[in-house]
Amino acid sequence: MKRTRLTQLMVLGVAMFSGAMLRAMAPEGQGAAAAPEQKKARVERGAYLVGMMGCNDCHTPWKLGPQGPEPDMTKALTGHPQDMVMPPPPPPSGPWLWHGGATNTAFAGPWGVSFTANLTPDPETGLGKWTEDMFIATMRTARHQGKGRPILPPMPVKMIGKANDEDLKSIFAYLQSLAPVKNRVPAPVDPPEAK
Amino acid sequence: MNRKLRAATIGLALVWVGALHAAVRSVEQEPCAPALLSETGLYEASRPGAIARGVRQFSPQYPLWSDGAAKARWVYLPAGTTIDTTNHADWVFPVGTKFWKEFTFNGRKVETRLIWRATEDRWIFATYAWNEEQTDAVLAPFDGITGAAELSGGKRHNIPGQIDCQACHGTKRPGPLGFNALQLSTDRDPDAIHGEPLAPGMMTAADLEREHRFSPSRPELIAAPPRIHANSPRTRAVLGYLAANCGTCHNPAGETSFTGPSLKHSDILDGDDVVARMLQYATSWQVPGQPEGATRMLNALEPDASAILARMRSRRPSSQMPPLGTVLRDEKAIAAIEQWIATDLVKR
Repeated sequence: MKRTRLTQLMVLGVAMFSGAMLRAMAPEGQGAAAAPEQKKARVERGAYLVGMMGCNDCHTPWKLGPQGPEPDMTKALTGHPQDMVMPPPPPPSGPWLWHGGATNTAFAGPWGVSFTANLTPDPETGLGKWTEDMFIATMRTARHQGKGRPILPPMPVKMIGKANDEDLKSIFAYLQSLAPVKNRVPAPVDPPEAK
Repeated sequence: MNRKLRAATIGLALVWVGALHAAVRSVEQEPCAPALLSETGLYEASRPGAIARGVRQFSPQYPLWSDGAAKARWVYLPAGTTIDTTNHADWVFPVGTKFWKEFTFNGRKVETRLIWRATEDRWIFATYAWNEEQTDAVLAPFDGITGAAELSGGKRHNIPGQIDCQACHGTKRPGPLGFNALQLSTDRDPDAIHGEPLAPGMMTAADLEREHRFSPSRPELIAAPPRIHANSPRTRAVLGYLAANCGTCHNPAGETSFTGPSLKHSDILDGDDVVARMLQYATSWQVPGQPEGATRMLNALEPDASAILARMRSRRPSSQMPPLGTVLRDEKAIAAIEQWIATDLVKR
């Protein structure tokens, strides 16, 4: 009786171990779309990562609050406001190489002028037509949708690109869970071409 | 513990040791790019520099602009294998297929790129930097090599990194970009911009069909080789150029959210229809100085307001097209497209 139970326990142990191994060896994202629980977990982790990594510092326009400048969370992650047309930046002066707008969504430097993107899932002006693959490719390659123009400073894309796939999927899941906001961010402005 | 139980325990342990050993071996045997170009199979082992038997040279009729590099290209298809042409627009190559492309600037070989379908689910991209003696080339580092050769205007050629390879060749369905029915057609465009002569022995789509390298077979590639049908030779040549230089990304399956007219090699054969759609397509990117929403992909009345020309003329990172793989403007192509707009398109 004792031996039979020992054998059963061993078989159960091997089966559990095999199951765990197979699960660990399965490629990420294989099979059906992420289950609802997984999606929920990703959105929650994405919210944590976006909050912790400072995405709002630049992708949410700042306003002057009672304690000084602060992100205007009514426009969370909508990028540079489309109705805020920036004048030409002042020329670099001495060690002051780059400039930032008051909203912290427009930046000028040797790369030209860059504007932070609308990260909400608006299909025309945000990430509504992006896929998870495009988002991951953008972070990994530091190029728009993984193929286009370089992602410009001050976006810390090289750092974010070191995140693992699961974290990037979580960030994307959270961004896609936001309410879409129509805000057409201007295209970057080139610096003068070197002669 | 009795004998049976001990035997069972030892048996299970052996099974797991075996599984672990197999897993380690599979990792150890994972194919990777060889350290030297001479080890990739391009050359005969016994005769350095001589192209190996079974490796065939080819020449796409519409070459990709690579800052004026002289290029040579080869393909190796394992014996007895076929290219799956079920989807004629996206050929699927057999495991073991290799492509090489050699870049020469100012008479010196600078780099040779390798694309190798190593397994069912893995393509290997590698690039090899030629040594000073021009006797062999060494696998370039993951991030490539900046400034590997001098170009004109103080600019330098960069050997791409692995991530740049993926940016152009894709991650979902990676593969070669200049090896398809149109590029290998025997109905070659005599006006192709930067067109190269088809030298004797170079492989064509008709050769592949004759050699039973297509599954299913594609007899139409011999009977009616593909060509871009257009109302003028200039339109044909320009669309061929755009297919080679833009169509990889600018198509619905190009791994981007691009929604404009497809410039993929298989989608531009009805050339006049494609041009009509390009004239109508409003781009999200605006030509500097144009009011928001006014920019079209092509503008027949105001050529300088055409997004295509503006972006081809730029070599500034945020607006240049193509966005990578080139640091010099393609002046010949820009002039050809300017002339095409001024002559062919204004008549529309």
